[in-house]
Amino acid sequence: MNAPLSPPSAATRADALGAFLEQDYTAGFETRLETDTVPKGLSEDTIRLISARKGEPDWLLDWRLEAYRRWLTMTPPTWAAVSFPPIDFQDIVYYSAPKSKKDGPKSLDEVDPELLRTFEKLGVPLHERARLAGVAVDAVFDSVSVATTFQKELGEHGIVFCSFSEAVKTHPELVRQYLGTVVPPGDNFYAALNSAVFSDGSFVFIPKGVKCPMELSTYFRINARDTGQFERTLIVAEEGASVSYLEGCTAPMRDENQLHAAVVELIALDDAKIKYSTVQNWYPGDKDGKGGIYNFVTKRGDCRGARSRISWTQVETGSAITWKYPSVILRGDDSVGDFHSVALTNNLQQADTGTKMIHMGRNTRSTILSKGISAGRGSNTFRGMVRVTPRAEGARNYTQCDSLLIGDRCAAHTFPTIEVRHPSARVEHEATTSRIGEDQLFYAMQRGISAEDAVSMIVNGFCREVFKELPMEFAVEAQKLLGVSLEGSVG
Amino acid sequence: MLKIDNLHAAVDGKAILNGLNLEVKDGEVHAIMGPNGSGKSTLAQVLAGRDTFQVTGGAVDWDGTDLLALPAEERARAGLFLAFQYPVEIPGVSNAYFLKAAVNAIRRHRGLPEYDAMDFLSRVKAEMKAVGMREEFLYRSVNEGFSGGEKKRNEVLQMALLEPKLAVLDETDSGLDIDALRIVAEGVNRLRSPERSMIVITHYQRLLDYIVPDQVHVLSHGRIVRSGGRELALELEEHGYGWIDAGAKAAPATGATGG
Ligand SMILES: Nc1ncnc2c1ncn2[C@@H]1O[C@H](COP(=O)(O)OP(=O)(O)O)[C@@H](O)[C@H]1O
Ligand SMILES: [Mg+2]
Repeated sequence: MNAPLSPPSAATRADALGAFLEQDYTAGFETRLETDTVPKGLSEDTIRLISARKGEPDWLLDWRLEAYRRWLTMTPPTWAAVSFPPIDFQDIVYYSAPKSKKDGPKSLDEVDPELLRTFEKLGVPLHERARLAGVAVDAVFDSVSVATTFQKELGEHGIVFCSFSEAVKTHPELVRQYLGTVVPPGDNFYAALNSAVFSDGSFVFIPKGVKCPMELSTYFRINARDTGQFERTLIVAEEGASVSYLEGCTAPMRDENQLHAAVVELIALDDAKIKYSTVQNWYPGDKDGKGGIYNFVTKRGDCRGARSRISWTQVETGSAITWKYPSVILRGDDSVGDFHSVALTNNLQQADTGTKMIHMGRNTRSTILSKGISAGRGSNTFRGMVRVTPRAEGARNYTQCDSLLIGDRCAAHTFPTIEVRHPSARVEHEATTSRIGEDQLFYAMQRGISAEDAVSMIVNGFCREVFKELPMEFAVEAQKLLGVSLEGSVG
Repeated sequence: MLKIDNLHAAVDGKAILNGLNLEVKDGEVHAIMGPNGSGKSTLAQVLAGRDTFQVTGGAVDWDGTDLLALPAEERARAGLFLAFQYPVEIPGVSNAYFLKAAVNAIRRHRGLPEYDAMDFLSRVKAEMKAVGMREEFLYRSVNEGFSGGEKKRNEVLQMALLEPKLAVLDETDSGLDIDALRIVAEGVNRLRSPERSMIVITHYQRLLDYIVPDQVHVLSHGRIVRSGGRELALELEEHGYGWIDAGAKAAPATGATGG
């Protein structure tokens, strides 16, 4: 009777928290397909091979080769708060495509049913009957786009939404006019690599005055082993045009790390609006940090025209390492840039993410809202730069950067950089750090709420301001990803 | 019925409850008084299943169930409610969302249909009126920025919504002005019923002017050292806690060596 009793709730609580944090990665399956894969390694020959496979014009091959030569002179960035063994760039496959898809775009009927099933399993049905209502999808599998839905409907509005390779063939003048004008090939090590070897991605063009009638989205899937994914997305909104674009990503579970080095360029002309949302759920590796995707991505928007607006919203839950700073160059007068981010790191995941807002035009405004959640031994770094150039009279920025810690072995860091070169600029920065406390969990459990639900509730509350920026379907997806129940808040 | 038998509990190896015995029958209201640091909140938290406290001996039987074997949330779902001495703030979670999740967790457990948003709102608004809380408190984060009195009312509101079988109120009266005190007492009295028992922990006898207990117990150094009727509270008020401590030290420490 007097033997010490171990209270059962101690174990229960630890398990419940553990269960919340260790939900299975459901997208971790592999699709078996015959592929057209170039041998491992990178050289000018590899690039010529990729370019030839895609039947590209000479100017694009030259552009790639030029980028490759730049890349050879560069070294990987080391300033980020992430650590990993050096990557052997000769041990990566730079091009892998499902075999059936050799001759460019085909109708959906000709797409390998195994591929359609893969995307269906991931919740992205591509065939006519089950298409996502109101969302046009470009599905990218390893190095190529396998299908783009609603192309005809969009075409009636003069909108171009297709794979990058297709755009090179059908709209070479547009691609040539805008490619590399926001992220030049020599911008940074990974952008240079991407420019040399990029395989596919999405191209969007919204002509003058057109409001895109549906959400556009790209779903990226890494499947093949030892393969890097280097996609390139280019979105152009002409004067007065607007578009909302979504991006989702998953990969199989593997013990080896895989490299994903994408480039995204957005261009908004006068009065144009681009809203770019990402739910990133690349495989994060197992709980001991084995495997997972290295997500080294350069995303930048150019508010080239007056009164234009570019908004980035990202929910980053996957990847072993995330190195990503979606930024906005506020070139046009009265242009607006937004960055809304939720980044969750668990187990041994590392995220070094943030944004740059470069104010060049007059009366430009930007908002940065970053929510970092660290659990397990995860490390979460926010890096924000706000630069106000000497021309940017009346520039304003508001930055809020909140960190939530779950447990006591995780870490959160914030590195804000502010450079103001105009006396009229107003730049405000707020930061908070909080921890989900044992007292909060106990309080909820005393009301009959399980520890998982309590954590979900707190995490969901913490992220609410960012989730409400996401299009409806993605908000739901994001909540699910964070283990939050779908039951909405009343009132 | 709740039967606490020779309960010992410690925190970080430091013994706090040293052989506590208490029986509360269905429908009864018991008051527990005692000086600061005597272990009142520890008793409340141990009953509710907080694992920062280690039970080092004894047993608690609740209607034939081994209470100490249940995890905290199951105790709550089975009808044990604790009104916290220091209600916890949960930033970013609206009070409405939290209350609805709690009510529905308990309704699910009882095999009742869950409330939808409409049912819940009409129910919660009625209860809020009864405890004198404005509707805006539904849409604020749980306890965040609430005054001391508002937090205590929020506890009474939750108690009313969750309809517990056993309610433990830990100094719900502390820091309240007389009007708030009356509202809290009314909340408690409204819930009194033959099936429901309550343990009302208080530092001051004045609460017992409004909530008339069946029994009063005095806790000192982790044990109940005196039990009696209402008059014990008045006696205590008159002589102060020093009177009890003097008596406790003189009395043989029965059961205190068990841990
Ligand atoms: N979490 C804790 N860690 C260390 N000591 C504690 C903790 N909680 C309570 N105690 C100690 O236990 C004793 C009893 O505290 P408590 O139960 O809160 O008393 P009361 O509610 O009667 O004022 C006090 O000496 C207090 O300092
Ligand atoms: Mg106390």
